[in-house]
Amino acid sequence: MSATTEHAADAHDAHDDQHAHEEHHVPKDAYFIKTALVLAVLTALETSTYWIDIGRFHTPVLIILMLIKFFMIVMIFMHLKFDSRIFSMLFYTGLGLALFVYTVFLFTFKFFQA
Amino acid sequence: MADIAVHEVDHEHENDGPAPGFHGTSTGLSNNKLAMWLFLGSECLLFGGLISTYMLYRGRYSGGPGPSQIFDVPVTSVSSFILLMSSLTMVLAVNSAKRKDDRNTKLWLAVTAMLGALFVGGQVYEFTSFYHEGLGFTSSLFGSSFYTLTGFHGVHVTVGIIMLLALVGIIGRSRIPGDKAEVVELIGLYWHFVDVVWVVIFTLVYLIPA
Repeated sequence: MSATTEHAADAHDAHDDQHAHEEHHVPKDAYFIKTALVLAVLTALETSTYWIDIGRFHTPVLIILMLIKFFMIVMIFMHLKFDSRIFSMLFYTGLGLALFVYTVFLFTFKFFQA
Repeated sequence: MADIAVHEVDHEHENDGPAPGFHGTSTGLSNNKLAMWLFLGSECLLFGGLISTYMLYRGRYSGGPGPSQIFDVPVTSVSSFILLMSSLTMVLAVNSAKRKDDRNTKLWLAVTAMLGALFVGGQVYEFTSFYHEGLGFTSSLFGSSFYTLTGFHGVHVTVGIIMLLALVGIIGRSRIPGDKAEVVELIGLYWHFVDVVWVVIFTLVYLIPA
């Protein structure tokens, strides 16, 4: 078998593995409905802080709820939990770069000192 | 949450083999999907810039209306809930496409587009009422950064709605070559990303006071 053919065969095998991996982890509709219900409850909790005063915990609680919702959508609805790690790497690289650049940006403009 | 995934797994299509339109790639992964994730990674930088700029300028309204005077959190909460539920209908469309169920795929895509349109309608209502309360695009740095951030997001939702409706039409005419489920999944990724950006905007812009 030539090198080219072997490479093509490897790529095909890799795809088969990937395909099998994806197919083994296709959650049912009910799983997504349960996830959406959890997200709805978390949104209700977030919104309730508009009326209920929780003092100095207000901002940390909202940030934590936001992060939970963010990662639930990314991991479950966007399938990163079930997909190849390469996709995760691409997305989290962009996200990490954005967090780094704009944290430095906000520090530069003394945002956190206020 | 993790245990739910372990127990509720669909084994229906385990032996379907490679997708019909698949052409072997060196990674064994779809190039289209790789490109979409790369695009979404770059979008983090775009929205990161807009959100940071808003955070920096949200207190600069120089006598005009500020965030606490004009934001209507109950109305925005309803919009947020609608967009969140559109993510559910989108994922149901993707699952239907994977089952090769065209009828339900089109149905869920249309429902997703409708929910997206409701969200955009809510945003138009919000912008109109803010304008009548004296917050124009050039009124203050707060106004400029707020309208730019939420406007960019609204444009993303609108583009998503156009893609969803186009997809409904294309599926109806059976004009998608290759793996139909992958096309639905790609648009789904874009839609979920738009939702996830709103999750961040809703908290940082509307719920955390300046």
